[in-house]
Amino acid sequence: MIHSLFLINASGDIFLEKHWKSVVSRSVCDYFFEALERATEPENVPPVIPTPHHYLINVLRHRIYFVAVIQSEVPPLFVIEFLHRVVDTFQDYFGVCTEAAIKDNVVVVYELLEEMLDNGFPLATESNILKELIKPPTILRTVVNTITGSTNVGEQLPTGQLSVVPWRRTGVKYTNNEAYFDVVEEIDAIIDKSGSTITAEIQGVIDACVKLTGMPDLTLSFMNPRLLDDVSFHPCVRFKRWEAERILSFIPPDGNFRLLSYHVSSQNLVAIPVYVKHNISFREGSSQGRFELTLGPKQTMGKAVESVLVSSQLPRGVLNANLNPSQGTYTFDPVTKLLSWDVGKINPQKLPSLKGSMSLQTGASKPDENPTINIQFKIQQLAISGLKVNRLDMYGEKYKPFKGIKYMTKAGKFQVRT
Amino acid sequence: MLSPWFLCRNEDLKEMLESNKESLKLEAMKRIVGLIAKGKNASELFPAVVKNVASKNIELKKLVYVYLVRYAEEQQDLALLSISTFQRALKDPNQLIRASALRVLSSIRVPIIVPIMMLAIKEAATDLSPYVRKTAAHAIQKLYSLDPDQKEHLIEVIEKLLKDKSTLVAGSVVMAFEEVCPDRIDLIHKNYRKLCNLLVDVEEWGQVVIIHMLTRYARTQFVSPWREDAVFDENSAKAFYDSEEERRVDQSKPYIMDPDHRLLLRNTKPLLQSRNTAVVMAVSQLYWHLAPKHELSIITKSLVRLLRSHREVQYIVLQNIATMSIQRKGMFEPFMKSFYVRSTDATHIKTLKLEILTNLANEANISTILREFQTYVKSQDKAFAAATIQAIGCCATNISEVTDTCLNGLVLLLSNRDETVVAESVVVIKKLLQTQPSQHSDIIKHMAKLFDNITVPMARASILWLMGEYCEHVPKIAPDVLRKMAKTFTDEEDIVKLQIVNLAAKLYLTNSKQTKLLTQYILNLGKYDQNYDIRDRTRFIRQLIVPNEKSGALSKYARRILMAPKPAPVLQSAFKDRDRFQLGTLSHTLNSQASGYLELSDWPAVAPDQSVRNVEVVEPVRLPCIYLVFKDNVKNFDAVSWPVCVSLQASSPVFVPETSHELLHRMTGKGLSAQYRFTRQPCIYGNSMVSLQLTLSNSTDQALENIHISEKSSTGQNIHRFNAIERLEPQASVTVSMGVDFNDSTQAANFQLCTKEDEFSVSIQPAVGELLLPITMSEADFTKEQGKLVGMNESSATITMTPENVSSQSVNRKVVSVANLGVIPSGQENIYRFSGKTVSSGSLVLVSVVLKDPDAVITINTEKTVMGSMLLRQVKTALTNSGP
Repeated sequence: MIHSLFLINASGDIFLEKHWKSVVSRSVCDYFFEALERATEPENVPPVIPTPHHYLINVLRHRIYFVAVIQSEVPPLFVIEFLHRVVDTFQDYFGVCTEAAIKDNVVVVYELLEEMLDNGFPLATESNILKELIKPPTILRTVVNTITGSTNVGEQLPTGQLSVVPWRRTGVKYTNNEAYFDVVEEIDAIIDKSGSTITAEIQGVIDACVKLTGMPDLTLSFMNPRLLDDVSFHPCVRFKRWEAERILSFIPPDGNFRLLSYHVSSQNLVAIPVYVKHNISFREGSSQGRFELTLGPKQTMGKAVESVLVSSQLPRGVLNANLNPSQGTYTFDPVTKLLSWDVGKINPQKLPSLKGSMSLQTGASKPDENPTINIQFKIQQLAISGLKVNRLDMYGEKYKPFKGIKYMTKAGKFQVRT
Repeated sequence: MLSPWFLCRNEDLKEMLESNKESLKLEAMKRIVGLIAKGKNASELFPAVVKNVASKNIELKKLVYVYLVRYAEEQQDLALLSISTFQRALKDPNQLIRASALRVLSSIRVPIIVPIMMLAIKEAATDLSPYVRKTAAHAIQKLYSLDPDQKEHLIEVIEKLLKDKSTLVAGSVVMAFEEVCPDRIDLIHKNYRKLCNLLVDVEEWGQVVIIHMLTRYARTQFVSPWREDAVFDENSAKAFYDSEEERRVDQSKPYIMDPDHRLLLRNTKPLLQSRNTAVVMAVSQLYWHLAPKHELSIITKSLVRLLRSHREVQYIVLQNIATMSIQRKGMFEPFMKSFYVRSTDATHIKTLKLEILTNLANEANISTILREFQTYVKSQDKAFAAATIQAIGCCATNISEVTDTCLNGLVLLLSNRDETVVAESVVVIKKLLQTQPSQHSDIIKHMAKLFDNITVPMARASILWLMGEYCEHVPKIAPDVLRKMAKTFTDEEDIVKLQIVNLAAKLYLTNSKQTKLLTQYILNLGKYDQNYDIRDRTRFIRQLIVPNEKSGALSKYARRILMAPKPAPVLQSAFKDRDRFQLGTLSHTLNSQASGYLELSDWPAVAPDQSVRNVEVVEPVRLPCIYLVFKDNVKNFDAVSWPVCVSLQASSPVFVPETSHELLHRMTGKGLSAQYRFTRQPCIYGNSMVSLQLTLSNSTDQALENIHISEKSSTGQNIHRFNAIERLEPQASVTVSMGVDFNDSTQAANFQLCTKEDEFSVSIQPAVGELLLPITMSEADFTKEQGKLVGMNESSATITMTPENVSSQSVNRKVVSVANLGVIPSGQENIYRFSGKTVSSGSLVLVSVVLKDPDAVITINTEKTVMGSMLLRQVKTALTNSGP
């Protein structure tokens, strides 16, 4: 399966290599660099690159390319999914997944990679198991280890590896027992020129942070489970129970995990919480363009729209933009032509606007395309689909846990065409 | 050479490794691992490192392992020093240590130790810890790649491990199977059902491998479920169903899905909900390659869901959707909007989405799609805009209603400012005009006007070609264009020059009066061109069109050669023939066969023997041949015993309960105890008998002799006795099988169980559900038969379901556990159908459960009204009871 792994940073240096079978020379990456050169943007590198003797499958995350070397047929998603799992594990261990963090923890990284794959086939990818095998570095532990000479590596086979609940370790103890669930929904939408919705979907996840002693068995039920059109579960969720009763029943992993992700289909009507009024125009023969943008809330169920960020890729012909925001700050990068406007909170009484002019290259003809506007925002305490958790119960343990549920709506890929 | 600095640094590491302090050693090893990670050579430290292989410090040991595995291949002799440590560790009581010793030992690629490895693998394959067995499965592949000669021995180990019931091992051993002996399908037969049933609990990576393997397996073992589909399918593409494969199959016989085939589909379905995208994709491709076409739609939603994932995942999934959408538009049409392009998508994602939108276009949605395309044409990403124009061209050829609209739209684009857009439009217009040459002289004229402003060579060449091809439609303009080209000939690109020569030749043939001189001038220019292609072409054209004494007969045909009507180009998707590769594979992504790709075979015309998958309980009496009733000999059975009109095909039981019932308690039996259970298999002793399995055990301290069933049977049932057991040792037990003809009644069978000294009266009281044998039939047959068995023959009841029983699995499970019935694949969500026949008389028994939230109506149709009402009572209790 996976032969070798190379980590390559944004400037094209291979800063880590690991081989699971015989060593593959790093010159194999030259094919990758060729593809990188051909691609105009870092994202445009094809994920699968064939070379005469190997196949390179890469993912790009946190501006690091994870390049896996494959020698024979394997489902490409298998490798891609695994590489993403590697990144998630690094993030989980080091807080961030950057070149510096990886270089600083190179030994832990190596130990992790060694446990995650055997002969190129995934062995332990569940974070709870890995954490028992190799303890995540903390400052305290590093200090203790240097003094006492003790190690980060566990001596016993993690119980999860053998049990039917591989995601949970045994003997978990907390003084404060708590279980928090975040219902986060993202709206993906394309709004056309005239303000009507072309497509809108809601993609939701329930992220959990569960710190409970022992082996608790939780059930989570919804007021309106029919809203959930298509779901995918953490392996801990009992699928049959969901099929039959629409109740989530599970023994939770310890710590943070994604319990469920769901989809509210485009067939349902999706409430669009913001509207944009825009007027971006260029005149033939003039080196000036007009730019006007006003944002306003709609269908927000009375909640405030916060952390609004507007960004737009202006046409190549634009030299500079001279704009005047009614609130927040804006920046325009004359090299990448990226305009971004940090709006902050939308005040319904005084709608934020950005007005001004753009200067164009003299002599150049007027750009015939209009830029699209990408919008990010957050709405606290609201799940836009209307999903509501009914109750959370715990069985199997005697204590009373502290429970909390939080709702949030965010913009996903929210685009307005102009 | 090494720099002195590096040398001295390594000296310092060597010193640290040889010190007595653990912490110093650890520090040194950490630095060495750092060197390895950077790809620097640290091989000369080998002797110093290998000494620490037996260290007590577990982290140090692990780092030494990392080093060893990396450099053992280069330092084979020194590596041998470490082997004894591993051999010792293989016997360690701690399973983690045993496993990691095997891992490292098998990762050392030193050919000398192959026999040691082989031995270690064989031993580990029988280890008590499933974790160690899993490691053994991994080691098989490593040994195989080191020494392929060991294949035969390794297959033995694989065979053994395939029988393993642990979910931990299953994925790894199937992986080894795929690597070492993917052609040994016969090893899978006996494990097929087990693998299907374990699948949900196997770890996610193993699931992917197993699903891919089972897809291949199923394609060799089951017959195609696709033949009757045309009936079910509304959005059928005719061409697809005309494929040869389906023509071959005998249409007269109704298709009945093998229960094992159904088992696979049923057990993989929940995995569509997995969080692992590779698993979802694997299940999707399994359904694509194995499921009846009308069941395919369930994978759509899950695939669309994957599009929310990372960019790389999107790329692969979109590729697969593109292939699927060519054959089956209907699957993805409701989700068309999920394929709309966003300006932030990467270019390759955009092109794939475009491809899919083009595939999905039909008369109904084309206007929506074209409107969407209009936005894309204006995109800042010019390569994408060009691809969009291609896509518009495709839509225009595929859907004749919009050809004109598209053409007009493309003509408008000709005045676009961007060159690539214009060039692409010209090329596409050229292709479109070729499909409908007449009545478009306006467009050609328009293009001629724009010609001066177009600079992209490909576009210029295309326009020139159009002029030449349709010069009769534009008799005035074409010569003028040629005149202009004659002036600029020397400055044009090569492809344009070739087309100028072409145009000249064509005009010469049609309108030689006006163009003779021009043509000769151009041909002269071409004759002395720097490019030999152009020189060749010019020479050829000259000989062809200007007759002289040397040119011979060819020039007579010049007009027919040059002005021959050309077939229109077919604009088709690049994914057209990708489905020759199994979906979801690397080969499919690359559209070329990757090394190690395993071909998916075509469905067999006749299913191979399905009994090979039966896992038998070992029976003391083994009779050959007439053992099980299956397709081949079913006809004889029909003739003899069944007066029923449909051919009732007995199938293997869906569910065999493990519970056994007490026949004789050891207290009453003076130490002899007997238990019986229903095997639910067709009886080998007679067609009308129910097959039973009897377990006799001796709990006395003396051997019991001559255990048999007495000759005189009290109730007149026909009983097939087991052969007398000569001797049963103390504390031993033996399992025998027997057959009883209950005559389709639940009256108990009474008989005498005898030993040498004693006689015990015993009786077997069968539950009504055990007096049945499952049969398979199609849904249509079921309703037909049900229609015949009405009135007195029908009994029904309404019950209130407990919520946990509502799911399809639980209804199916409950019913088949009560009665030995076959499950009929149902097209409707809330109707479950089961069919069977009574063992003795072979009367049909049909059970249907219709869910009407929260109620359920159970209907039983059978001629045997008494059995029907008893069965109804039992099904009722089973479905109202909660619990498993």
